[in-house]
Amino acid sequence: MSALLIADFLAWMPAWLLMQTAALLVVTPLLSGPIALILSRGRLAWIWAVVISLATFALTLILYAQVLEHGSVQYAFGDWAPPLGITYNIDALNMLILLIVAGMGVLSVFYGLPSVLKEIAPRDQAPFFAAFLLCLTGLLGVTITGDAFNVFVFLEISSISTYILIAMGGKQDRRALTASFSYLVLGTIGATFFVIGIGLLYMATGTLNMADITAQLHLRGDDRVVRAAFAFIVIGLGLKTAMFPLHTWLPNAYAYSPTVVGAFLASTATKVAFYAMVRFTLGVFLPDSPFNHAFLGFVLTPMAVAAMIICSVQALYQTDLRKLLAYSSVAQLGYMLLGLSIGTAAGVSAGLLHLFNHALLKGGLFMGLGIFALTYGVRQVQDLRGLGKTMPVTAAAFTVCGLSLIGAPFFAGFVSKYYLITAALEHGWWWAVIAILASSVLAIFYVGRMLEAMYLHPAPKTKGRSKKARTTKAPVLAIAPLVVLAVANIWFFFDASLPKGLADAAAMALLGGGAP
Amino acid sequence: MTEFFAAPVNPAWIILAAGLLIAALPWHSARKAVMLLSPVVALFFWLKMNAFGTFAPIDIDTIGAGIQTFRFDGLSRIWGLIFIIAAFLNALYALHDRDRLQDAMSVLYGGAAMAAVFAGDLITLFVFWEMTAFTSVFLIWRTGTAAARNAGIRYLLMHIGSGVLLLAGAVLLHAQTGSWAFEHIGLEAGLAGWLILIGFGIKAAFPLLHSWLQDAYPKATITGAVVLSAFTTKMAIYALARGYAGTEILIYVGVIMALFPVFFAVIENDLRRVLSFSINNQLGFMVVGIGIGTSLGINGAAAHAFADVLFKGLLFMSMGAVLYRTGTTKASELGGLFRSMPITAFFCLIGAGSISAFPFLSAFVTKALILAAVADEGHWIIWLALVFASAGVLEHAGIKIPYFSFFAHDSGRRVKEAPWNMLVAMGIAAFLSIFIGVNHRWLYALLPYANDYEPYTLGHIVGQMQLLLAAIFAFALLMRLGWYPSEKRMTILDVDWFWRKPGKALGQWVYAIIARLWAHALRGLDKALSGVSAILATFLSPDGAFSRSFPAGAVAGWAAAFLTLALLAVYMAG
Repeated sequence: MSALLIADFLAWMPAWLLMQTAALLVVTPLLSGPIALILSRGRLAWIWAVVISLATFALTLILYAQVLEHGSVQYAFGDWAPPLGITYNIDALNMLILLIVAGMGVLSVFYGLPSVLKEIAPRDQAPFFAAFLLCLTGLLGVTITGDAFNVFVFLEISSISTYILIAMGGKQDRRALTASFSYLVLGTIGATFFVIGIGLLYMATGTLNMADITAQLHLRGDDRVVRAAFAFIVIGLGLKTAMFPLHTWLPNAYAYSPTVVGAFLASTATKVAFYAMVRFTLGVFLPDSPFNHAFLGFVLTPMAVAAMIICSVQALYQTDLRKLLAYSSVAQLGYMLLGLSIGTAAGVSAGLLHLFNHALLKGGLFMGLGIFALTYGVRQVQDLRGLGKTMPVTAAAFTVCGLSLIGAPFFAGFVSKYYLITAALEHGWWWAVIAILASSVLAIFYVGRMLEAMYLHPAPKTKGRSKKARTTKAPVLAIAPLVVLAVANIWFFFDASLPKGLADAAAMALLGGGAP
Repeated sequence: MTEFFAAPVNPAWIILAAGLLIAALPWHSARKAVMLLSPVVALFFWLKMNAFGTFAPIDIDTIGAGIQTFRFDGLSRIWGLIFIIAAFLNALYALHDRDRLQDAMSVLYGGAAMAAVFAGDLITLFVFWEMTAFTSVFLIWRTGTAAARNAGIRYLLMHIGSGVLLLAGAVLLHAQTGSWAFEHIGLEAGLAGWLILIGFGIKAAFPLLHSWLQDAYPKATITGAVVLSAFTTKMAIYALARGYAGTEILIYVGVIMALFPVFFAVIENDLRRVLSFSINNQLGFMVVGIGIGTSLGINGAAAHAFADVLFKGLLFMSMGAVLYRTGTTKASELGGLFRSMPITAFFCLIGAGSISAFPFLSAFVTKALILAAVADEGHWIIWLALVFASAGVLEHAGIKIPYFSFFAHDSGRRVKEAPWNMLVAMGIAAFLSIFIGVNHRWLYALLPYANDYEPYTLGHIVGQMQLLLAAIFAFALLMRLGWYPSEKRMTILDVDWFWRKPGKALGQWVYAIIARLWAHALRGLDKALSGVSAILATFLSPDGAFSRSFPAGAVAGWAAAFLTLALLAVYMAG
């Protein structure tokens, strides 16, 4: 998009829309959640959710155009000036996340109908979409807001609706209920830590506006209250991000929830929490304060590396496909945390880029598995046998996303790993490079296992007939978003300017300094 | 339209597009027409190139690279031409085949090899390097036997590994120099240089990295083996000539390559396998030429690669024709076929004469360049070794192939002559082999460097004839003395008797020792690994300590502990 084109586009938009884009982006899904509940019929609620998610995505694009044009966008609710009122503050960092959340929201809703119709009891279908829209609201809200307490509020909105979404897997598999419960307990603990941290911060600075907090911290310098606030906030967000030893809620939550929920959460929820972590460590607290260095160096780095290696091995051992992908997600979050803990602009940029790519590829992988589960009830690695022949399109798209996960050249995953390795080398962390490569080798094996089953093994015979005999047609509605993601995974190898531009701008804004 | 014809077009695109078209076309005859015509069109664009240069670069921002898909210079020009000729001969030879997958793959394979040769940067080279592996493996798999399937998988693994090494080296090189360009690399580049050299070496079948060749080629389909013999290894020779000219270690690698297959080829019973060993041996000569690295050496490697595609293709075609008509290429089951396949036998003899470097046949004028380059640099031991290897070529390829298939004892097989399309393809290859032998100036003009070497001196002709006649005499003498009783034995093995018995015993002994040591090492490794994997499984397997579903309370405690840790960390900080 050329600058001129963007200016034209913005000139063509009505002024009130441009003024209110940021607010509408959150208010639209927030208000339409209850309406979905009233619609009470599954398909009707779905159409509503499609309309709303498309509208949200359109609003995100308008906001993106504005960010491209002006560099950043501020919005003050009720025209209350920043330190007092609630403000939304959109810059390159949260724009990148907003694009992912809104984009994945649209794809997930399109993808979701067959999954919802099959996996969720009819009377729960409309509430499902209501909860989904609220979850979307929460995730967008956490990302967009410039107010620290507002982050907590939206985090709770997204979490509570997530508990509901996961628990709706209970019709398929009762274990979804315990998974949801355990996530509820841990998520609440995380939120409590977080809100305690915000309280301490408020005590220390007397403000809740993020920019103002930073300004006050500059004046006040550093003391124990601030440090305690920092520890509570990062650990609280760490729980939500599924930082390594606190990730235990994640595999079950992804594995037993309805397939569409797994796809949506895997590509958005932890990403948003990671965003909040980046925002607070580098954006709100001062990036060069000693406690920040201590946390990034002595806590985050070892945990990131441990996640990359240990969880990849766990993924290697898994036979349950969705748990395999879930452990792989924790390992991949390790890459992002490593990027953050490198602490240079190049590292943070690489971490954010990996976040973007991982959202695309993991969303695609979960969608692929969901389609396999819908048509053939696939749950285990060995169930994939012969699907390369039976469902060639889905299998091909799944393979593309899998190769991207490995980081094979010509797929988006390669780009972010490449930048991550470069950043680590620039920083002199050669051991991190070894960890990245070792983890990638493990990824080759756990992805390879799935691809091997899919392409090299014949389909199992059922009653003397091969699987082919009873092909159930995969719904086009479900395949289309998957194909979009697969194409995106190739596209963003050849032209990564969109995520790379945003990630670089974000990293530079956070860390100042020269070009990454 | 005129502008379209004026722009330089990469001939490889023509072949690759034809490959895709063939995959899509539902009509057999249309596919064959495309297959035959595409090399002609490619040749047209090749002829039209009247200036050296790099054309149509594409920029890819992500990797900070300019992709140069078409570099036309002295080195890529001759390789481009021989690959175009090979593509045409392959199409003609495969005209009777009704196999859509194999046709598409063999054309794509040739196109990929051509594109790799025209690649101006390492990324492009890598892409087409890997593509040759993915496409050519189908030529092995289409045989359809379990042995072919397994050999294909082994082949694929080796070749993908080769590409991975190439990519790893390229990335390292890029980190060092900031450029992706594919120019001289050399071992001065350190680890990157070694990685890429080994990557190239796998495809060039360096000693110890060569096993895929003799493993896979004899198991390929009839037409597949012909196609395979033309591209992969010659592409690797090109890459070596481009990146490693004058790397001294290649001289020694090349000599070993030229020597060791001679022994193996002589005891081998499967004639297509003999030819596979012979590929190795011929590559050895080219690698020595590259290792010498003078303009004469590189010229020799290029010329010999050109001639080799023709005469090796011709030999594989003739053996393919035998396999097509009789169903076997085992020396012990063949013999006397000249009665029923006289034309094939005649072409096979031309191929055999060419590979053995008889005067007025192709290798005479090409191998001489390499030997002269070696002599110019004063490597006399290397020179003698190569002369010995040349005698070995005559023994296993020049005599053994035609003798045991078409002459020797009569196997009693009475089959039809090869199909006409095979004969025409063989005829063209035979004609070109003679043409080069006679009009060597034509070939020399295509070489990368100016060349005024004159092969037809009295000394050279006499010397070569002495060598050839001595080798033939040795062969005849051993036959006359009855030292290889081929009529009585089922497995026919020839003059190698005297080294085969003790040599094989020694080989078996060494092999047994190595196998035992290896088994011990593996067992030790296995034990160590099983210890590790037991520990890993205890913690990380689905039932392991880390993977079980934790009670929420336990994790809450864990989170509190972690918070304490974080608090400590931030309190203690400076």
